[in-house]
Amino acid sequence: MARIVLTGNLQLHTEGVKELELDVNTIRQLMRQLTTRYPGLPADLEDEVAVSIDGTIYQDDWFAEIAPDSEVHLLPKIGGG
Amino acid sequence: MAKYHITTRINGDDVEFLCAPEQTLLDVLRDDLRLTGSKEGCASGDCGACSVTIDGRLVCSCLVLAAEVGGQEIETIEGMADGDRLHPLQQKFLDFAALQCGVCTPGFLVAAKALLDHNPNPSETEVRYWLAGNLCRCTGYDKIVRAVLDTAAEIRN
Amino acid sequence: MTDSNKASSGNGTGNGNGKDYKWVGTRAVRPDGVDKVTGRAKFGADLHLPNMLVGKVLRSPHAHAHIRSIDTSAAEALSGVKAVITRDDFSDQPKGAVQPAGEMTINYRDMVRNVMAREKALYEGHAIAAVAAVDARIATKALSLIKVDFEVLPHVIDPVAAMEDGAPIIQEDLIADGMEQSPGSMTNIAKRVEFGHGDVAVGFAEADVVIEREFTTQPVHQGYIEPHACVASMTEDGQGELWLSTQGHYVARGHCATLLGLDVSKLRVQASEIGGGFGGKTVVYLEPLALALSRKACQPVKMAMTREEVFRATGPTSGAHLWVKVGVTNDGRITAADAVLKYQAGAFPGSPVAQGAQCAFAPYELNHVRTIGYDILVNRPKVAAYRAPGAPIAEYATESVMDEIAEAIGMDPLEFRLKNAPKQGSQSSYGPKFPAIGCIETLEAARDHDHYQTPLKSGQGRGVATGYWFNIGGQTSATLNLSEDGSVALVLGTVDVGGTRASLAMMAAEQLGIDLDKVRPMIGDTSALGYNMLTGGSRVTFAGGIAVVGAAQDLIGTLKERAAKFWDIPVDDVEWADGEARATNGYTDNMQPLPLQEIAKDMAKTGGPIVGAHSINAQGAGPSFGTHVVDVDVDRETGRVWVTRYTVVQDAGKAIHPSYVEGQYQGGAVQGIGWALNEEYIYDDNGRLENAGFLDYRVPVCSDVPMIDTVIVEVPNPTHPYGVRGVGETPIVPPMAAISNAVADALGIRFTDLPMSPPRVLAAIKAGNGDVTTAN
Repeated sequence: MARIVLTGNLQLHTEGVKELELDVNTIRQLMRQLTTRYPGLPADLEDEVAVSIDGTIYQDDWFAEIAPDSEVHLLPKIGGG
Repeated sequence: MAKYHITTRINGDDVEFLCAPEQTLLDVLRDDLRLTGSKEGCASGDCGACSVTIDGRLVCSCLVLAAEVGGQEIETIEGMADGDRLHPLQQKFLDFAALQCGVCTPGFLVAAKALLDHNPNPSETEVRYWLAGNLCRCTGYDKIVRAVLDTAAEIRN
Repeated sequence: MTDSNKASSGNGTGNGNGKDYKWVGTRAVRPDGVDKVTGRAKFGADLHLPNMLVGKVLRSPHAHAHIRSIDTSAAEALSGVKAVITRDDFSDQPKGAVQPAGEMTINYRDMVRNVMAREKALYEGHAIAAVAAVDARIATKALSLIKVDFEVLPHVIDPVAAMEDGAPIIQEDLIADGMEQSPGSMTNIAKRVEFGHGDVAVGFAEADVVIEREFTTQPVHQGYIEPHACVASMTEDGQGELWLSTQGHYVARGHCATLLGLDVSKLRVQASEIGGGFGGKTVVYLEPLALALSRKACQPVKMAMTREEVFRATGPTSGAHLWVKVGVTNDGRITAADAVLKYQAGAFPGSPVAQGAQCAFAPYELNHVRTIGYDILVNRPKVAAYRAPGAPIAEYATESVMDEIAEAIGMDPLEFRLKNAPKQGSQSSYGPKFPAIGCIETLEAARDHDHYQTPLKSGQGRGVATGYWFNIGGQTSATLNLSEDGSVALVLGTVDVGGTRASLAMMAAEQLGIDLDKVRPMIGDTSALGYNMLTGGSRVTFAGGIAVVGAAQDLIGTLKERAAKFWDIPVDDVEWADGEARATNGYTDNMQPLPLQEIAKDMAKTGGPIVGAHSINAQGAGPSFGTHVVDVDVDRETGRVWVTRYTVVQDAGKAIHPSYVEGQYQGGAVQGIGWALNEEYIYDDNGRLENAGFLDYRVPVCSDVPMIDTVIVEVPNPTHPYGVRGVGETPIVPPMAAISNAVADALGIRFTDLPMSPPRVLAAIKAGNGDVTTAN
């Protein structure tokens, strides 16, 4: 089960839950499970976050792989200048 | 309303144009003569991107009224190369990577040429103060100053 | 790691470390350079089209006002005026209309209001109406004939004042995101965010020394020398062409298509050369207006901002109020770090406070850390990105406190940072574990540098600071088109702001094994390639490099197939090296190598045109750490701070073209010098800008700064074929704190407000301390 950590202010929409474990293989699965479990999260969550999988940051990548022992962080999307 | 009819010389060529009283030399160069190498960065003489020389004197063309330049010798960036031979300053700017976005580059080249035309052996401080009227936001000026100093040394030899 | 990055012949492990390349790592002259030194290169305002009109914008003189009515009849009747537009010419975008575009999700309801005011003018300079006329003089006269009925409202500029009860409310229907907020309450707080881990209370309890400070920074502008400019041409069949100075022509296309109600493919957009952006040209201002005017007039419309308009009406970065608290043990271990950041968003939500909060303590490995950020509306233009958005502001405060606390325990500031530095596998202050990073390497290189070892002259001061930026990847598409003589056209979609055409062409030449002179790079228009995200986030050499290497590999694949056919051998027995196909596996005796020109010459007969293409959504950008060392002299009579020596040490992963990497280090450092010492917006009591020009908005000039020495550290990024990390943004993160720390070293006064301009420094010297309330 991958360890999922929510940052920013996402925990306001998850009844204060900041960390959880989920059985997911891809970012898309992760998004679906999170928004199903916590309907308070934005429906377009995947468009609003960057996802770090074991330290590598992904943005807009549904099929990036999450391993069973992965540590996953949801961050705000990163924009440069 | 009547326009002024001006006869002048630009980069060695005879040029005639009509201009409204409020038009600056920069306006006429860019919009009427289609010499767009001189740039408008501020229209108030603060950024130097519009630098040209008039009778050998470095000026901001945004501060010169087009109606004033009759009978004078104007040199712009477009006249700096000699046929297909770049001026040494132009070549050095390329070699030293003294430009990034390049919008300030014409102004710097015209200003640097004006410096070397009358002071062939400037110190770093003299170069920096002479070029203080040209703003660059990309390079931090380091490579520009190095290119000018190196060109001066090469021309002297 | 997904397949999206696997694009090279290497294994993505930065297979070039220490290897000798022919082009990569050299200082080749940039292929587009001659146009730029001769004035030939065309920037946004340099295009002239037949029948072209001039467009101008009427802007609000009020910082905050209801717009009761707009009467354009007299303007429309003026001879020579061909079109006039107002809010009525733009359909409103629905609430919650948010689309992924560029780097962020975009709120189009906010954008349509920002490009042209609807219910209210929200800042001085806000666009109210626009005209297109046959010349500038008539356009200007037409603006003066437009009658606007304003109901002036109270305004607010300071973010702390905007958070207080009773402050003028900018967006009445705003509901703060991230706060416990009862519905219907009126607020200017758009968002609250929180990052961190551990428990700062526990951490502070462990500390021997705790320092707590508050700071303010002022909004600063990106300061690009070229004002926004575009030429729009809409035709009678609803198609359009747009030429503009932008960091992202695909992104601009998307914004304009949405605001004008067009299919995206109906708009063909060409990026001109861009005279600086730094984040400020990732958004649209004039372009939807020019297109709307052109659509009405059925003639091309050119619009260019004046410098004054750039200052009054385009997004700078936030000003901020910052609170920082740090605790350490006597032997220099940080036990807790805490910060609250309040950033101005301008008239619409969207300051970079979240990124600031994430980067604030990034150069440290911490057990207990918390950063809280607030995004606050004020009556100013909506902020736009500015080079590492959010991070410079936050790290100014945090790196100042770190310096003060190192001094308090008698520890060298670089040794202090080394003691607490993160490395690969460390948990970052914002959550994820770091991949391979070069923080320690930059600290050590700075410590061992001649600059740091050189004694100061009497009265001088020295300061250091370390900065961080994530960097990004993103959608990128590139094509290599083989010409019949073996030369190659490299078509790119990543706008070149500072010389990346050179680096990308060099990577292509390196992969193909041909002369750099045989590769001609160009930035295509939006019809030439698949989607390309805008240039920003330090992504081009990274993501563009992956795309170009992938396109080269694709091309090589086809070249090998053609050689195999020519020789009638299996393609697995063909290799590509040094610009030619070679038969391997015992076939070599009868088969002379086939150079690229030969295969190109016969391409029609061996299967047709040969093109290499690669499209990716690059992930796993490698972050870049930088450490700056700066020496200052302070003129005690005028308060003027002189930077006498400056060294930038930063991790580039792999410098494809070292001169342009150095250029990024130097340019970012000097922008930081301006931010630290002079740049700020000065408002009058009516919320009107008083210094809307380069004379009084003082950016560094040539005589203000010394040579900027650079050290390129290379800790390869494993996700790029050559190990590249983006470098463009990190250089602006450390300077303000480094300079503030140097001034503290010189004067014994710690400043907590930027800029440290001469009047403020002089006042502090006379008062004998750093607690200077700002004069305005």
